[in-house]
Amino acid sequence: MPKLTINGMEIEVEQGTSLIQAAEMLGVEIPRFCYHDKLSVPANCRMCLVEVEGGPPKPVASCAMACGEGMVVKTDSPMVQKARKGVMEMLLINHPLDCPICDQGGECDLQDQAVAYGMDRSRFHENKRAVKDKELGPLIETTMTRCINCTRCVRFSEEIAGTPTLGQFHRGEDAEIGTFIDKIVDTELSGNLIDICPVGALTSKPYAFKARSWELKKTESIDVHDAVGSNIRVDSRGNEVMRILPRLNEDVNEEWISDKTRFAYDGLKRARLDRPYIRDADSGKLKEVSWAEALGVIAAKLKTIKGEHIAALAGDLADVESMVALKDLLESLGSPNMDCRTDGAKFDPTNRAGYIFNSGIAGIEEADHIILVGTNPRTEATMINARIRKAWLERRVKITVIGPKAELTYPYEYAGATPQDLEKFVKAHAGKLKAEKPLMIVGAGAFQREDGEALHKVLCDSADKLGLIRDDWNGFNILHHAASRVGALDIGFLPQAGGKGFEDIIAGTKDGSTKALFLLNADEFDARSSIGWKTFVIYQGHHGDHAAARADVILPGAAYTEKTATYVNTEGRVQMTHQAIFPPGEAKEDWKIIRALSEALGKTLPYNTGAELRKHIQTTWKTFAETDVLNGEKWGTFGEKGKLSKDAFVSPVKQYYLTNPIARASKTMQECTGAFAANTSAPKIVEAAE
Amino acid sequence: MKKPFDLYADYQPESFEFNKANKKKVDMIIAKYPKGRQKSATMPLLDLAQRQIAEEGIKANPPVGGWIPRAAMDKIAEILDVPAVKVYEVASFYSMYNLAPVGKYLIQVCTTTPCWLCGSDEVVKTCKDHLGIGMNETTKDGKFSLMEVECLGACVNAPMVQINDDYYEDLTEKTMKEVLDLLSEDMKPNVGSQKGRKGSMAVSGPTTLDKEAKKAGVA
Repeated sequence: MPKLTINGMEIEVEQGTSLIQAAEMLGVEIPRFCYHDKLSVPANCRMCLVEVEGGPPKPVASCAMACGEGMVVKTDSPMVQKARKGVMEMLLINHPLDCPICDQGGECDLQDQAVAYGMDRSRFHENKRAVKDKELGPLIETTMTRCINCTRCVRFSEEIAGTPTLGQFHRGEDAEIGTFIDKIVDTELSGNLIDICPVGALTSKPYAFKARSWELKKTESIDVHDAVGSNIRVDSRGNEVMRILPRLNEDVNEEWISDKTRFAYDGLKRARLDRPYIRDADSGKLKEVSWAEALGVIAAKLKTIKGEHIAALAGDLADVESMVALKDLLESLGSPNMDCRTDGAKFDPTNRAGYIFNSGIAGIEEADHIILVGTNPRTEATMINARIRKAWLERRVKITVIGPKAELTYPYEYAGATPQDLEKFVKAHAGKLKAEKPLMIVGAGAFQREDGEALHKVLCDSADKLGLIRDDWNGFNILHHAASRVGALDIGFLPQAGGKGFEDIIAGTKDGSTKALFLLNADEFDARSSIGWKTFVIYQGHHGDHAAARADVILPGAAYTEKTATYVNTEGRVQMTHQAIFPPGEAKEDWKIIRALSEALGKTLPYNTGAELRKHIQTTWKTFAETDVLNGEKWGTFGEKGKLSKDAFVSPVKQYYLTNPIARASKTMQECTGAFAANTSAPKIVEAAE
Repeated sequence: MKKPFDLYADYQPESFEFNKANKKKVDMIIAKYPKGRQKSATMPLLDLAQRQIAEEGIKANPPVGGWIPRAAMDKIAEILDVPAVKVYEVASFYSMYNLAPVGKYLIQVCTTTPCWLCGSDEVVKTCKDHLGIGMNETTKDGKFSLMEVECLGACVNAPMVQINDDYYEDLTEKTMKEVLDLLSEDMKPNVGSQKGRKGSMAVSGPTTLDKEAKKAGVA
């Protein structure tokens, strides 16, 4: 534990800490470009120079110098100031200084540091170098002349993303970043290159020339495109989302987000439901109506139907508040028929430990053997895949895959594709797994089969046999792919006593036992072909997608950027989105619509404000008492004994960029699907051989 | 100076394989490095690929000197199990690796300060005039390519050029022409100082250690 002094302040740090990290602990700011605390250290920008007394008689790069016993470091001495000025001048020699037309302007490291540490003029009178722009795909705009060759992007794509396509080519003045062979950067994390680029060389293509950073309203929120619940910041101007950026949360997404999270926002402006509609009985077409009319139509219809013939389904993007309100409404109508598993997954939701990601996402970093069952984390939860890669990169953790053989960003041992292969693996390794903290990740898609509950039981037993469960470690994890799912399971948006589940409800629409069906954001099944024509369908959601096309009444709701709502991620972490903009047109916050409907039905729900509803939720379900914490769940048994079929596991995500109505409405996501599908090493799902 | 290259040009072969003799050498080179560090063999393998192309290129009409096609870089990446981009980075960094075809004799003229002071401009001009080509160009018969390089470390005998693997030093307009004429006839000029200097001793003969020099037969 070396003790050292930085700017007169003493600090004791762990062996191997670099000077820049020690300074950061003390709150001493050291400017930097190439250094990034999540990437390797190349020490090539030389901006972080400091003076070490008694050390070499020259400035030292603080990112690459480890703290030593008794070092006396000065970060603001005349020598350091002079050195920084020199470095800054060199960096600006070939930089175009086109800040007024650069998208990075206002949030540019080079700009800020040039003001803070640079000179006020240049002494360079030669011609500046120019570099040809590179084509990196539909997401990243390049202006390579602005590049200062910090190589952060090269290291990111190699280390974090695991798809090394970027490199630094040629030398000296001609050195440039690129792919050399005109290959697009094919990773689901490519948007992060924009964040880590300290200058305006890599900027967002969809956001190009749209706004300035200082005119944006910043709202901290949560992402709903997958079940990770990445922490995001929604930047809006007026009533328009201009861009989405990651927010640091070491336990969830660190400081990265996936491309879908970042770029699908343009889908929020297209194909939106902005007013209520009802289906005209004569023409069969949807026609615009007022809220009162729409609610009146529903009330009139539902009053003629018995409670047991009413059903509700909650889809992938539904928030906890609206699901609670809907559940309460159905109960007051006397209907036990509701389900949230609209993907047809069958598992036993009685034990919470049986359906959440028990180890937590950060737990992946402790694991010493990771077993992936029936999942392709790269497409189902990109951030979790990045964590697994991190564990592999740092400790070369052993990874076994049972299920679809996919191109992941780390090497793995393949152990078959069927539940029988799983049983075989468990038999071979029961009690013999050479691992202190083994971890199993089961894709929720694995339960999309007839024998789902039997599989759940097998997995429960396997967890015990493989030693996944200990007093201080629970390595049994279910990886969901829908943002709403865990929240819905937590509040029990499931068939109540005597009620029907997803498949029975759908079957009921054909045999007449489901006379009215309420779809809350339920877009992930083909409503048009599967729902019987006699059923009265109410759709509440924000996009005119599959389900809205089948609906008899459409109630326009709010998307995740337009409401303050609760979501529970796959770990069971309760998180809140915050309203950044208002819903378009007459659309309303989702729970309010259900509350208004309850009034029209004469069954007024007992909460008038969001706060009251949340209080109701917090007192009814104790898991909602605190946000952003994980309290370990007690292990128990779950699942039902049964026979397992020999069908291979299949990943539920077929089209990574088009998994929900927002993404399907997004032009950017459609472009991505085209661009990356053409690329051979794009995320492809190889179906396991039957 | 930026190296000429075009990864999509017609001359890029579709595939590349090391020949039998070189395959053995590949294994020997990789065996020199600790297991798991086979990445370190990138540079010797690039050199080997360049030499193989040169060997084959002599027989071609017009002849071709050593260069590294994209297919060879991809092959090396495959052999060493590294991302192709890592091999491209190394190959584009060093001026010794040619990424586009060159002539049978690649003339690398040093124009760094000592050579320049001793008349490298004249050497460059001689080459250009005598061969009728400019920098980074190849003669029509495929025999010569001209390239400007930074210091090759033979400043004592400046000005100098490197032609393929050999240094030709103490050049003048006349001697440079002689060297080029001999090479164009595929004859081998004397390597080293064209003034007859041994090694890098003084022009007037050895000034120190003369006894030892006599013993060694160089004075």
